[in-house]
Amino acid sequence: MEQLVFEQLNEELYSEKLENGLTVFILPKAGFNKTYATFTAEYGSIDNQFTPIGQNEGVKVPDGIAHFLEHKMFEHEEGDVFQDFSKQGASANAFTSFTRTAYLFSSTSNVYKNIETLLNFVQHPYFTEETVEKEKGIIEQEISMYEDNPDWQNFFGLLDALYHNHPVKTDIAGTAESIAEITKDDLYTCYNTFYHPGNMTLFIVGNVEAEPMMEFVKENQQQKKFKEASNPSRYFDEEPKQAAKKSKLIPMPVKVGKCLVGIKEAAPHRQGKELLHHELSVQLLLELMFGQSSENYQVLFSEGLIDESFSFDYTAEKGFGFSVIGGDSSDPKALAERIEDMIHSFIDAPFPVAAFERIRKKKIGFFLRALNSPEYIANQFTRYYFNEMHLFDVIPVLEELTEESLKETLHAHFDTKNQLASCIIIPEEPNS
Amino acid sequence: MGNFTVQSIKTHVSPVDTFKTTTFVMQLRTPLNKKTATERALLPAVLERGSFHFPSRQHIQGALEELYGAHFTADVVKKGEHHVMTFRMEVANEKFLTDTTPLTGRAIQLLASVLLYPLVENDSFSEQAVEEEKRSHRQKIASVYDDKMRYANMRLTEEMCRDEPYSVPVLGYEKELDSINGQSLYKAYKKLLKEAAFDFYVVGDVEEKNIKAFMNEYMLLKDNNPLPYKLETEKVAEEARIVKEKQDVQQGKLHIGYRTNVVFGDPDYFPLQVFNSLFGGSPHSKLFINVREKANLAYYAASRVESHKGLIIVLAGIDSGKFEEASEIIDKQLSEMQKGSFTEEDIDQTKAVLKNQILETIDVPRGRIELEYHGAIIGRDISAEDWIKAIDKVTKEDMLRAGENIIKDTTYFLHGEGGDK
Repeated sequence: MEQLVFEQLNEELYSEKLENGLTVFILPKAGFNKTYATFTAEYGSIDNQFTPIGQNEGVKVPDGIAHFLEHKMFEHEEGDVFQDFSKQGASANAFTSFTRTAYLFSSTSNVYKNIETLLNFVQHPYFTEETVEKEKGIIEQEISMYEDNPDWQNFFGLLDALYHNHPVKTDIAGTAESIAEITKDDLYTCYNTFYHPGNMTLFIVGNVEAEPMMEFVKENQQQKKFKEASNPSRYFDEEPKQAAKKSKLIPMPVKVGKCLVGIKEAAPHRQGKELLHHELSVQLLLELMFGQSSENYQVLFSEGLIDESFSFDYTAEKGFGFSVIGGDSSDPKALAERIEDMIHSFIDAPFPVAAFERIRKKKIGFFLRALNSPEYIANQFTRYYFNEMHLFDVIPVLEELTEESLKETLHAHFDTKNQLASCIIIPEEPNS
Repeated sequence: MGNFTVQSIKTHVSPVDTFKTTTFVMQLRTPLNKKTATERALLPAVLERGSFHFPSRQHIQGALEELYGAHFTADVVKKGEHHVMTFRMEVANEKFLTDTTPLTGRAIQLLASVLLYPLVENDSFSEQAVEEEKRSHRQKIASVYDDKMRYANMRLTEEMCRDEPYSVPVLGYEKELDSINGQSLYKAYKKLLKEAAFDFYVVGDVEEKNIKAFMNEYMLLKDNNPLPYKLETEKVAEEARIVKEKQDVQQGKLHIGYRTNVVFGDPDYFPLQVFNSLFGGSPHSKLFINVREKANLAYYAASRVESHKGLIIVLAGIDSGKFEEASEIIDKQLSEMQKGSFTEEDIDQTKAVLKNQILETIDVPRGRIELEYHGAIIGRDISAEDWIKAIDKVTKEDMLRAGENIIKDTTYFLHGEGGDK
């Protein structure tokens, strides 16, 4: 077992890669009642073309299958795993993102028992034609819920404008039509390929002791047999560098319009420290351009183009990345134009050195606040780890950033001519 | 936890070294009232636009950034028929920074500046700031319509409690905004400072005596004289009413309101919590199992207790054509539970889930404060440990007694095509 000490943060992290390939992290947190654990497969909605384990030919599976699989894992021969957790005083959940499927629980008692339940249910698939069909009704309702959600439609509308082919543009849950095609055999194919321990990470944070917990996990894993670990091979269609279309307009029965402007990452293959450096730099630049202390924010607010919902973010993973800026607006088209202009002006204007120092402090404070949250630590750590970054490098990397390095990122990322797209939700006249 | 009063601010300090930040929460409580709701909902945004010491939003935000990205929010919530304005600040503990400037005193100073020293000229807030915030607020009110779960929740309350203050929407009313100006809003602010009951919470690695000293130095609240008030909570459910509304939506929202006649502080409050948790408050609940897992009608089907108003609200997202089917299952689950068809094992499981929720809540500084504030509202000190003990003691008999008085009042159904047959 390896031990890493982060003195400044007063954190100690333990880790080990087990024989079957599973990577385990344990972060004891004194003073917390709760223990939070995530068991995560490096497998998400974008992994829809791959060579199944033990086969030679590639397949393409229906959209939404990773999310469908996540739902179905909770059912076993005797019933429903939620019940087991709740009898043990834990609350369990799961989520599917573009690149990950995570199963998790939090509990303040019976921690070993709950870890065992977590490991065992995720490592024991049970699908029948009948239970697969039944789940379709529930997931159709989940999809309908998102269809009524204008923010969700706006976000996926933007991704559709940014990307030509990449599956990131497809809704994580798929569509009613695509999930109708899913069979139990498809689920087993995906499960066997992506839920191998070698493709998974267990992260435990909270009220635990590292050594006995690690032993416990090891013993559990030694009782199970797995095939030899092999890296799943995934395929992606060729994705042009530029944004697919400049803008997209979606009429919806809403009262307030919405606007999102996106900047597509032109070089989406950074990993490790390079990615961490890039990601933090873009986030910092966005804050400088559009944060609440920026001149732009005051102007947009005074012009009546934004309200409190205005926000921005940058995320990147292997193969894709994007900045998103926007929110509710009474004139979303004008807002889209203003945002584009403001990015231009920022590039041409002198670099705001004093604001940079303030924003750096702000990001450090945000990170410390986030470390109060076991959920944040486990989820982010796992995301960072899958991208070969280290969560606890955030503060040192923030401290390393310079005016020069930020200017480089500014010119590399904010190419409004080729990489920018917008998506606008406009209120449609109700049918009478 | 240390409690003391500075001026008339009840101050509650929890020194714990679990967190990397210190959290400050100021709660201002008055009775919820149709006349004052809109101006009070607008006030926090105007106060955040600048104070005497930090005369613009940019100045305030810049000061927060200097304080290592101190996080500051202000808003208004309903707790039953209490109207609570909340100012929250969370600031890094300097122990974890290479730069060791003490931040606690500066945070309290900034909070005091925004709350007690607003930017005012001739007894008026800046007209420009007020107009801009009114516009933004108007948009916020309008956008509730676009969030169907929130909208359905608001509509149910409006219909069910139409003769009670509880029906007042938390953001107030659009048409009331027109008559608000810098002067009238400043008057409303002065009145609020005079009438509200103030509670101040600090959670973090701090010392009580330092907090006391900073409070005495900066938090100079004058002429505050909150009048005690008592709310009407007993209300007999009317004959079960159904309200349907059609919109262009893919998913129907079924929200059902029940009267329980039990509020926080009543002996049956914790039995009601256990009853509700088994009915619809957890993944092993009757609603989750029967509406979602067995009938596959919904992605979510749940219920929650409105603690200070004595209501239970059920919410489910269903197909527009499945109103009858879902309503029947929900009714049946409640009546079965009222008849006592649940086991000791069910009860134990429910208590374990609830206790776990409470322990998890207090792992989050804001959660800890929210939990303790329930007690403060009714003028009692009730700690998380007290909650847990009370839940442990609940028996099946208690649950049946608390459950007996749950009566369905109003059913609200927002639906698309196929829901109005």
